[in-house]
Amino acid sequence: MVKNKKSFFVGSPYYIWMIIFIVVPMLMVAYYSFTDIDGNFTLENIKNLSEYADTFVLSIFLGAVATLICLIIAYPLAFMISRSKASTQKMMIMLVMLPMWMNLLLRTYSWMTIIEDTGIINSLLSKIGIGPFHMINTAGAVVLGMVYNFLPYMILPLYSAMTKIDKNVLEAAEDLGANMFQRVFKVIFPLSVPGVVSGITMVFVPSVSTFYISQKLGGTGYTLIGDVIDTQFLNSGRNMGATLSLVLMVLILLCMLLMNQFASNEEEAMLV
Amino acid sequence: MKNKIIDLHNITVAFDGEKVLDGIDLSIEDGQFVTLLGPSGCGKTTTLRIIGGFISPDSGDVFFDGKRINDLPAYKRQVSTIFQRYALFPHLNVYDNIAFGLRVQKVPKNEIAERVAEVIKMVNLSGFEKRKIDSLSGGQQQRVAIARAIVTRPKVLLLDEPLAALDLKLRKDMQVELKNIQRQLGITFIFVTHDQEEALSMSDVVVVMDGGKIQQIGTPEDIYNEPVNAFVADFIGESNIVDGIMIEDNLVKFAGQKIRCVDKGFGKNEPVDVVIRPEDIDVVSPNESPLSGLVTAVTFKGVHFEAIVDVDNFKWMIQTTDMIKEGQEIGLLLNPDDMHVMRKSEYSGMFGDYSSFSDEMDYISDPDYVEDEESEEVAEAEE
Amino acid sequence: MRGISKAYMVLVMVFLYAPIAVLIFFSFNAGNSTSVFTGFSLQWYKELFQDEETLSALYNTLVVALLSSGISTVLGTAAAVGINKLNKWMKNVVMNITNLPMMNPDIVTGISMMLLFVFAGSILGSDDVLGFGTLLIAHITFNLPYVILSVLPKLRQLDSHLVEAAEDLGCPANKTFFKVVLPNIMSGVITGFMMAFTLSIDDFVISYFVSGPSFQTLPLRIYSMTKRVVRPSINALSTLIFVSILVLLIVINVLQAKDEKKAERRRRAAK
Repeated sequence: MVKNKKSFFVGSPYYIWMIIFIVVPMLMVAYYSFTDIDGNFTLENIKNLSEYADTFVLSIFLGAVATLICLIIAYPLAFMISRSKASTQKMMIMLVMLPMWMNLLLRTYSWMTIIEDTGIINSLLSKIGIGPFHMINTAGAVVLGMVYNFLPYMILPLYSAMTKIDKNVLEAAEDLGANMFQRVFKVIFPLSVPGVVSGITMVFVPSVSTFYISQKLGGTGYTLIGDVIDTQFLNSGRNMGATLSLVLMVLILLCMLLMNQFASNEEEAMLV
Repeated sequence: MKNKIIDLHNITVAFDGEKVLDGIDLSIEDGQFVTLLGPSGCGKTTTLRIIGGFISPDSGDVFFDGKRINDLPAYKRQVSTIFQRYALFPHLNVYDNIAFGLRVQKVPKNEIAERVAEVIKMVNLSGFEKRKIDSLSGGQQQRVAIARAIVTRPKVLLLDEPLAALDLKLRKDMQVELKNIQRQLGITFIFVTHDQEEALSMSDVVVVMDGGKIQQIGTPEDIYNEPVNAFVADFIGESNIVDGIMIEDNLVKFAGQKIRCVDKGFGKNEPVDVVIRPEDIDVVSPNESPLSGLVTAVTFKGVHFEAIVDVDNFKWMIQTTDMIKEGQEIGLLLNPDDMHVMRKSEYSGMFGDYSSFSDEMDYISDPDYVEDEESEEVAEAEE
Repeated sequence: MRGISKAYMVLVMVFLYAPIAVLIFFSFNAGNSTSVFTGFSLQWYKELFQDEETLSALYNTLVVALLSSGISTVLGTAAAVGINKLNKWMKNVVMNITNLPMMNPDIVTGISMMLLFVFAGSILGSDDVLGFGTLLIAHITFNLPYVILSVLPKLRQLDSHLVEAAEDLGCPANKTFFKVVLPNIMSGVITGFMMAFTLSIDDFVISYFVSGPSFQTLPLRIYSMTKRVVRPSINALSTLIFVSILVLLIVINVLQAKDEKKAERRRRAAK
């Protein structure tokens, strides 16, 4: 008993920190959502949410498309990496991680210089007399930015889930007569579901909530929810910004809850 | 009479409402090799941890050299522990592991060097001082653990299944070595094991435990030859335990036969358990003995044959050097001192029939059998 | 099959590295375009090194990263030790709150903290609270979960008998922590520190909301640079950042490989 008291004491500075800087800020978001600029209670912000319905839908749609593309690109790649020899695996994972350490702003900026109307692609194409093509400030450009920036977040969890699959299990499946496609769909995929789930959340959350990528690659035509929140705070629309953040947070926490539910159901189903 | 070094009075411990120790009374004399023996979950490790100071009892008292030490923390007790998987510090080398206890006690540097060198010699680890723990074999790690525990000169050494991780032959060598070290140091060893052979061959005193209670305390010979109940008889060695009635002193009736025995002091016609060790039974032809049965299985064990004999649906185990065959009808001859008569206990009827060797065998083909989770947890807590 | 998979891996790597290669290539452009190469020059590097604002932003970034990762490592390690001993229910509550900053979108974390600072400022009667202090607090806060999550598993793996063995040999509890527990969880503590450090250096979104005009970190500086007319000095900055990351990773890898070799030799010696 004495021991437990001591260890509670050891953790207590963090518990206090956690309450002041994690819990209270969340309450702050709620507080500002339900007050007006003078601090009086109001439901006005909630009512005004309907104005932003389109933005929410667009953000979720583009985020979902980017996530799906990431999954399609990353899944075979992660599988191939996990099947290659140890030194190649290490090398490839390093190569996948390296761009992550570059700041997102720089990576996005680089795409801007590539696909601009006077960018690298168009200036190269003009030399052989084609173009120019309009690529920047389209939905495609925004999705490209998301995919490029967050692809490593999909590859890494998939890879780690796949390396956890016991080689003997695959050999057993082969031994029992499963061909390569059967092995992929009946053994590897079900066993990699935890990696898929965490990959999806790791790509979807930053995609939905981004504002820099859409500003640089989407121009004014593809304003996402992150941009709206940013502008609200820049123009001292603090309360509406808080409301939008609250909705975004609730939305994403719900998504994650759903995903986790899906993952744990899958595991249970596999056990039976 | 020798001085009592450890004295446990009516110790009771419960984890999450589950009683792990139930009224343990145990006195240990100075300089003895005492073994706590029992199946997993019986409370033997908990008893050891109470002496070591890692658990405090819910009720009851712990005395060390006559002083009550219930509230004395582990680091102030004059006992040392050798842990099951040794618990050597992976970040320190052999020398630093052994010197750890002396350093925290602020023993002068040259004395540390002397004492460490002394124990290193004692456990035959000279030349290994600078080696990393993970570069040692299991047997070498075992020796470091012993050296680390004895260098602080404890009055009592607690050993928690220290040989469990070693392979069979090395284990036998370490048994001898531990026994030698104990003689050399002349201190009390309290040894926990579930291996009855280990317990019998090493100990001065064996404490048989089950269900959080002490079943029997005695010398190895006592425990083997005069078990107090069916549990002890079954746990130590192989035994056939049959229902019987004590007709009068020196006459017991079982398997439909009245047979002469050497036991006395029971009530007239008192129901009893009768233990017959498989190696004590003589095989004769069926007409030479009132007790006869059909051999249902024979296994060759090298030194002897082990046979299962069906006597009126009760499966006996016998060990014999005579050649016998499955399907053969044989007689079982018993001399009066081949039998040991015990009073009935809560364990009566649970053991002694050789239809299968383990309880688990009966469970694994039963889809409805669910392992009792709580008892599992207790067993885990024990470990 | 092998050919296809190799080709595919190369293709994805080209996708990942082409933009970075482009950035680096145009950092050596003599002209001020980021898309038409007119000749080799180092002028943009020169311009970068004369840019006081960028240099001070770099300095600020390093100061904040070092302080925040140091503080969060100490606080987080202590927290992990405490959390490890909590009962199931309490542990659940604490861990769920701890996970919040990791699960929440950065923009929400940034805004929630900014609102707290602004609210506290309004109570204290100041409308200029955002700056170094608030930035540091925010960085510590988002670093903490990563430190805790890298230390906790090490604590769980730690053989509880080691602590008991130390006590058994006469070592009191607080001494045991420094002599036995800390050396054995050190790898987790270091991982936590490094993660915290890199997250702090890299963070833009949260810093963007909790820092004021008076205090700028490198990502914030890049943001304001890319807001205006872009100049190849950003490319030069990117190149320098990329090269320093690359060198750092190679050094770490070489060190790790050396360690592994040593461990391998030891293992062989055991046999």
